[in-house]
Amino acid sequence: MKDNVVTVEFIAIAENERFARMVAAAFVVPFDPTVEEITEIKTAVSEAVSNSVIHAYNSSGEGTIKLEMRSTEKGTITIIVEDYGIGIDDIEAARAPMFTTSALEERSGMGFTIMESFTDKLIVESEKEKGTRVTLVKMLDISCGL
Amino acid sequence: MQIEFEMSDDIITAILTGELDHHSALSIREDIDHAMQVYRAKNLILDFSSVSFADSSGIGMIMGRYKKVKEKDGCMMLCGCSVYMKRIFEMAGIFTIIEETEERGEAMRQLKERGEENER
Ligand SMILES: Nc1ncnc2c1ncn2[C@@H]1O[C@H](COP(=O)(O)OP(=O)(O)OP(=O)(O)O)[C@@H](O)[C@H]1O
Ligand SMILES: [Mg+2]
Repeated sequence: MKDNVVTVEFIAIAENERFARMVAAAFVVPFDPTVEEITEIKTAVSEAVSNSVIHAYNSSGEGTIKLEMRSTEKGTITIIVEDYGIGIDDIEAARAPMFTTSALEERSGMGFTIMESFTDKLIVESEKEKGTRVTLVKMLDISCGL
Repeated sequence: MQIEFEMSDDIITAILTGELDHHSALSIREDIDHAMQVYRAKNLILDFSSVSFADSSGIGMIMGRYKKVKEKDGCMMLCGCSVYMKRIFEMAGIFTIIEETEERGEAMRQLKERGEENER
Protein backbone atom coordinates (compact mmCIF):
# COMPACT_ATOMS: atom_id res chain seq x y z
CA MET A 1 0.00 0.00 0.00
CA LYS A 2 1.33 3.46 -0.91
CA ASP A 3 1.72 6.26 1.63
CA ASN A 4 -1.45 8.29 1.71
CA VAL A 5 -2.58 11.78 2.73
CA VAL A 6 -6.14 13.09 3.01
CA THR A 7 -7.02 16.56 4.26
CA VAL A 8 -10.50 17.77 5.15
CA GLU A 9 -11.50 21.22 6.35
CA PHE A 10 -14.82 21.99 7.99
CA ILE A 11 -16.53 24.66 10.05
CA ALA A 12 -16.32 24.36 13.84
CA ILE A 13 -19.85 23.24 14.64
CA ALA A 14 -20.72 20.36 16.96
CA GLU A 15 -22.47 18.47 14.15
CA ASN A 16 -19.08 18.00 12.49
CA GLU A 17 -17.63 16.04 15.41
CA ARG A 18 -19.41 12.94 14.19
CA PHE A 19 -18.43 13.67 10.60
CA ALA A 20 -14.75 13.97 11.58
CA ARG A 21 -14.60 10.62 13.38
CA MET A 22 -16.46 8.87 10.54
CA VAL A 23 -13.92 10.27 8.06
CA ALA A 24 -11.03 9.10 10.24
CA ALA A 25 -12.56 5.63 10.52
CA ALA A 26 -13.04 5.51 6.72
CA PHE A 27 -9.43 6.55 6.19
CA VAL A 28 -8.04 3.54 8.09
CA VAL A 29 -10.43 0.94 6.60
CA PRO A 30 -7.91 -0.17 3.91
CA PHE A 31 -5.65 -1.43 6.72
CA ASP A 32 -8.35 -3.77 7.94
CA PRO A 33 -8.10 -2.52 11.54
CA THR A 34 -9.66 -4.27 14.52
CA VAL A 35 -12.86 -2.95 16.10
CA GLU A 36 -10.71 -1.90 19.03
CA GLU A 37 -8.35 0.14 16.83
CA ILE A 38 -11.25 1.83 15.01
CA THR A 39 -12.96 2.70 18.28
CA GLU A 40 -9.75 4.15 19.72
CA ILE A 41 -9.13 6.27 16.62
CA LYS A 42 -12.73 7.51 16.49
CA THR A 43 -12.69 8.40 20.17
CA ALA A 44 -9.35 10.24 20.02
CA VAL A 45 -10.45 12.24 16.94
CA SER A 46 -13.77 13.05 18.59
CA GLU A 47 -11.93 14.41 21.63
CA ALA A 48 -9.58 16.59 19.60
CA VAL A 49 -12.29 17.97 17.32
CA SER A 50 -14.77 18.67 20.11
CA ASN A 51 -12.01 20.52 21.99
CA SER A 52 -11.58 22.81 18.98
CA VAL A 53 -15.33 23.35 18.70
CA ILE A 54 -15.81 24.01 22.43
CA HIS A 55 -12.60 25.65 23.61
CA ALA A 56 -10.79 27.13 20.62
CA TYR A 57 -13.86 28.92 19.28
CA ASN A 58 -15.89 29.10 22.50
CA SER A 59 -18.73 27.08 20.96
CA SER A 60 -19.46 30.04 18.69
CA GLY A 61 -19.75 27.92 15.56
CA GLU A 62 -17.32 30.34 13.89
CA GLY A 63 -13.93 29.28 12.64
CA THR A 64 -12.57 26.27 10.84
CA ILE A 65 -10.93 23.01 11.80
CA LYS A 66 -8.47 21.11 9.63
CA LEU A 67 -8.25 17.35 9.81
CA GLU A 68 -5.18 15.88 8.14
CA MET A 69 -4.74 12.12 7.95
CA ARG A 70 -1.54 10.36 6.89
CA SER A 71 -0.71 6.71 6.60
CA THR A 72 2.44 4.79 5.81
CA GLU A 73 2.80 1.41 4.21
CA LYS A 74 3.63 -0.08 7.59
CA GLY A 75 0.31 1.03 9.08
CA THR A 76 1.41 4.11 11.02
CA ILE A 77 -1.53 6.49 11.08
CA THR A 78 -0.96 10.15 11.89
CA ILE A 79 -4.00 12.34 12.40
CA ILE A 80 -3.60 16.08 12.87
CA VAL A 81 -6.45 18.22 14.19
CA GLU A 82 -5.73 21.92 13.81
CA ASP A 83 -7.70 25.01 14.78
CA TYR A 84 -7.01 28.74 14.60
CA GLY A 85 -8.67 29.68 17.86
CA ILE A 86 -7.67 31.03 21.26
CA GLY A 87 -4.83 28.59 21.94
CA ILE A 88 -3.81 26.96 25.22
CA ASP A 89 -2.14 28.88 28.07
CA ASP A 90 -0.31 26.05 29.77
CA ILE A 91 -0.19 22.86 27.71
CA GLU A 92 1.23 20.73 30.48
CA ALA A 93 -1.55 21.72 32.86
CA ALA A 94 -4.19 21.20 30.15
CA ARG A 95 -2.99 17.65 29.52
CA ALA A 96 -3.29 16.61 33.15
CA PRO A 97 -6.27 14.39 34.01
CA MET A 98 -9.31 16.28 35.37
CA PHE A 99 -8.00 19.69 34.26
CA THR A 100 -10.76 21.71 32.64
CA THR A 101 -11.58 25.37 32.15
CA SER A 102 -15.26 24.47 31.55
CA ALA A 103 -16.35 22.71 34.75
CA LEU A 104 -19.62 24.66 34.73
CA GLU A 105 -20.50 23.20 31.33
CA GLU A 106 -20.27 19.64 32.63
CA ARG A 107 -16.81 18.96 31.22
CA SER A 108 -14.66 16.46 33.06
CA GLY A 109 -11.17 17.35 31.84
CA MET A 110 -10.55 13.84 30.54
CA GLY A 111 -10.20 14.58 26.80
CA PHE A 112 -6.40 14.68 26.61
CA THR A 113 -6.10 11.73 28.98
CA ILE A 114 -8.35 9.66 26.70
CA MET A 115 -6.41 10.75 23.58
CA GLU A 116 -3.18 9.75 25.26
CA SER A 117 -4.47 6.38 26.34
CA PHE A 118 -6.11 5.52 22.99
CA THR A 119 -3.11 6.37 20.78
CA ASP A 120 0.59 5.53 20.69
CA LYS A 121 1.68 9.15 20.74
CA LEU A 122 0.02 12.51 21.40
CA ILE A 123 1.66 15.81 20.52
CA VAL A 124 0.03 19.11 21.50
CA GLU A 125 1.32 22.37 20.08
CA SER A 126 -0.36 25.68 20.73
CA GLU A 127 0.13 29.40 20.56
CA LYS A 128 -2.07 31.98 22.29
CA GLU A 129 -4.53 33.65 19.91
CA LYS A 130 -3.05 31.66 17.00
CA GLY A 131 -4.45 28.20 17.52
CA THR A 132 -3.76 24.63 18.47
CA ARG A 133 -2.46 21.57 16.67
CA VAL A 134 -3.03 18.12 18.10
CA THR A 135 -1.18 15.20 16.51
CA LEU A 136 -2.41 11.68 17.18
CA VAL A 137 -0.19 8.78 16.13
CA LYS A 138 -1.49 5.25 16.00
CA MET A 139 0.51 2.20 14.96
CA LEU A 140 -1.93 -0.32 13.53
CA ASP A 141 -1.17 -3.94 14.09
CA ILE A 142 -1.14 -5.11 10.47
CA SER A 143 1.41 -7.87 10.93
CA CYS A 144 -1.23 -10.57 11.36
CA GLY A 145 -2.53 -10.06 7.82
CA LEU A 146 0.89 -10.41 6.20
CA MET B 1 -29.01 9.96 19.49
CA GLN B 2 -32.45 8.91 20.71
CA ILE B 3 -33.79 8.65 24.22
CA GLU B 4 -36.73 6.78 25.72
CA PHE B 5 -37.99 6.84 29.28
CA GLU B 6 -39.55 4.19 31.45
CA MET B 7 -41.06 4.86 34.87
CA SER B 8 -41.34 2.40 37.71
CA ASP B 9 -42.26 3.77 41.16
CA ASP B 10 -39.77 6.58 41.77
CA ILE B 11 -37.18 5.19 39.39
CA ILE B 12 -36.81 6.63 35.93
CA THR B 13 -34.86 4.71 33.30
CA ALA B 14 -33.36 6.58 30.37
CA ILE B 15 -32.67 4.23 27.47
CA LEU B 16 -30.15 5.82 25.13
CA THR B 17 -29.64 4.80 21.51
CA GLY B 18 -26.91 6.04 19.15
CA GLU B 19 -23.72 8.04 19.61
CA LEU B 20 -23.06 10.06 22.75
CA ASP B 21 -20.74 12.99 22.02
CA HIS B 22 -20.58 16.71 22.77
CA HIS B 23 -23.27 17.46 20.19
CA SER B 24 -25.79 14.86 21.33
CA ALA B 25 -25.04 15.27 25.07
CA LEU B 26 -26.33 18.85 24.95
CA SER B 27 -29.90 17.81 24.26
CA ILE B 28 -29.78 14.46 26.08
CA ARG B 29 -28.97 16.06 29.44
CA GLU B 30 -31.86 18.49 29.04
CA ASP B 31 -34.24 15.68 28.15
CA ILE B 32 -33.23 13.68 31.22
CA ASP B 33 -33.44 16.64 33.62
CA HIS B 34 -36.83 17.55 32.19
CA ALA B 35 -38.17 14.01 32.48
CA MET B 36 -36.97 13.69 36.08
CA GLN B 37 -38.75 16.92 36.95
CA VAL B 38 -41.98 16.04 35.21
CA TYR B 39 -42.19 12.55 36.72
CA ARG B 40 -40.81 13.72 40.08
CA ALA B 41 -38.43 10.79 40.01
CA LYS B 42 -35.67 10.56 42.61
CA ASN B 43 -33.68 7.69 41.18
CA LEU B 44 -32.13 7.32 37.76
CA ILE B 45 -30.91 4.42 35.63
CA LEU B 46 -28.96 5.19 32.46
CA ASP B 47 -29.12 2.29 30.01
CA PHE B 48 -26.19 2.38 27.57
CA SER B 49 -26.75 -1.02 25.96
CA SER B 50 -27.73 0.58 22.62
CA VAL B 51 -25.07 3.30 22.66
CA SER B 52 -22.54 2.62 19.92
CA PHE B 53 -20.09 5.41 20.74
CA ALA B 54 -19.21 7.61 23.73
CA ASP B 55 -16.41 10.05 24.52
CA SER B 56 -15.59 12.39 27.41
CA SER B 57 -18.87 14.26 26.89
CA GLY B 58 -20.53 11.09 28.16
CA ILE B 59 -18.49 11.36 31.35
CA GLY B 60 -19.62 14.96 31.82
CA MET B 61 -23.24 14.04 31.15
CA ILE B 62 -23.15 11.19 33.71
CA MET B 63 -21.42 13.27 36.40
CA GLY B 64 -23.82 16.15 35.84
CA ARG B 65 -26.85 13.87 36.28
CA TYR B 66 -25.23 12.27 39.34
CA LYS B 67 -24.94 15.66 41.04
CA LYS B 68 -28.61 16.41 40.38
CA VAL B 69 -29.75 13.01 41.63
CA LYS B 70 -27.66 13.41 44.81
CA GLU B 71 -29.18 16.85 45.45
CA LYS B 72 -32.52 15.07 45.79
CA ASP B 73 -31.03 12.26 47.88
CA GLY B 74 -31.66 9.82 45.08
CA CYS B 75 -29.61 6.94 43.71
CA MET B 76 -28.21 6.42 40.26
CA MET B 77 -27.03 3.35 38.36
CA LEU B 78 -25.58 2.62 34.94
CA CYS B 79 -26.12 -0.47 32.85
CA GLY B 80 -25.09 -1.97 29.53
CA CYS B 81 -21.76 -0.15 29.08
CA SER B 82 -19.55 -1.57 26.30
CA VAL B 83 -15.91 -2.43 27.02
CA TYR B 84 -14.82 0.84 25.39
CA MET B 85 -17.22 2.92 27.45
CA LYS B 86 -16.02 1.14 30.57
CA ARG B 87 -12.45 2.04 29.68
CA ILE B 88 -13.12 5.77 29.51
CA PHE B 89 -15.55 5.80 32.44
CA GLU B 90 -12.95 3.96 34.53
CA MET B 91 -10.29 6.55 33.67
CA ALA B 92 -12.59 9.18 35.14
CA GLY B 93 -13.27 7.09 38.24
CA ILE B 94 -17.01 6.93 37.55
CA PHE B 95 -17.43 3.39 38.86
CA THR B 96 -15.99 4.36 42.24
CA ILE B 97 -19.08 6.50 42.86
CA ILE B 98 -21.78 5.08 40.56
CA GLU B 99 -22.53 1.38 40.38
CA GLU B 100 -22.96 -0.44 37.13
CA THR B 101 -24.61 -3.70 36.03
CA GLU B 102 -24.80 -5.63 32.78
CA GLU B 103 -28.59 -5.84 32.62
CA ARG B 104 -31.19 -3.17 33.19
CA GLY B 105 -33.34 -5.57 35.21
CA GLU B 106 -30.53 -6.12 37.65
CA ALA B 107 -29.97 -2.36 38.07
CA MET B 108 -33.69 -1.94 38.72
CA ARG B 109 -33.66 -4.75 41.29
CA GLN B 110 -30.71 -3.24 43.15
CA LEU B 111 -32.23 0.23 43.24
CA LYS B 112 -35.55 -1.10 44.55
CA GLU B 113 -33.71 -3.07 47.22
CA ARG B 114 -31.92 0.06 48.34
CA GLY B 115 -35.19 1.96 48.45
CA GLU B 116 -36.70 -0.69 50.75
CA GLU B 117 -33.65 -0.59 53.00
CA ASN B 118 -34.00 3.17 53.32
CA GLU B 119 -37.65 2.84 54.34
CA ARG B 120 -36.78 0.52 57.20
N1 LIG C 1 -8.19 23.28 20.89
C1 LIG C 1 -8.13 23.92 22.07
N2 LIG C 1 -8.07 25.28 22.12
C2 LIG C 1 -8.02 25.93 23.31
N3 LIG C 1 -8.01 25.31 24.51
C3 LIG C 1 -8.05 23.97 24.53
C4 LIG C 1 -8.12 23.20 23.33
N4 LIG C 1 -8.14 21.87 23.67
C5 LIG C 1 -8.10 21.83 25.01
N5 LIG C 1 -8.04 23.06 25.55
C6 LIG C 1 -7.92 23.39 26.99
O1 LIG C 1 -7.45 22.25 27.67
C7 LIG C 1 -8.36 21.84 28.69
C8 LIG C 1 -8.34 20.32 28.85
O2 LIG C 1 -8.88 19.67 27.68
P1 LIG C 1 -9.55 18.23 27.86
O3 LIG C 1 -10.08 17.80 26.55
O4 LIG C 1 -8.58 17.33 28.55
O5 LIG C 1 -10.73 18.51 28.89
P2 LIG C 1 -12.13 19.28 28.63
O6 LIG C 1 -12.36 19.46 27.17
O7 LIG C 1 -12.14 20.50 29.47
O8 LIG C 1 -13.19 18.23 29.22
P3 LIG C 1 -13.67 16.87 28.50
O9 LIG C 1 -12.77 16.63 27.33
O10 LIG C 1 -13.51 15.81 29.54
O11 LIG C 1 -15.07 17.10 28.13
C9 LIG C 1 -9.69 22.44 28.30
O12 LIG C 1 -10.55 22.65 29.40
C10 LIG C 1 -9.26 23.75 27.62
O13 LIG C 1 -9.00 24.76 28.60
MG1 LIG D 1 -12.14 17.89 25.85
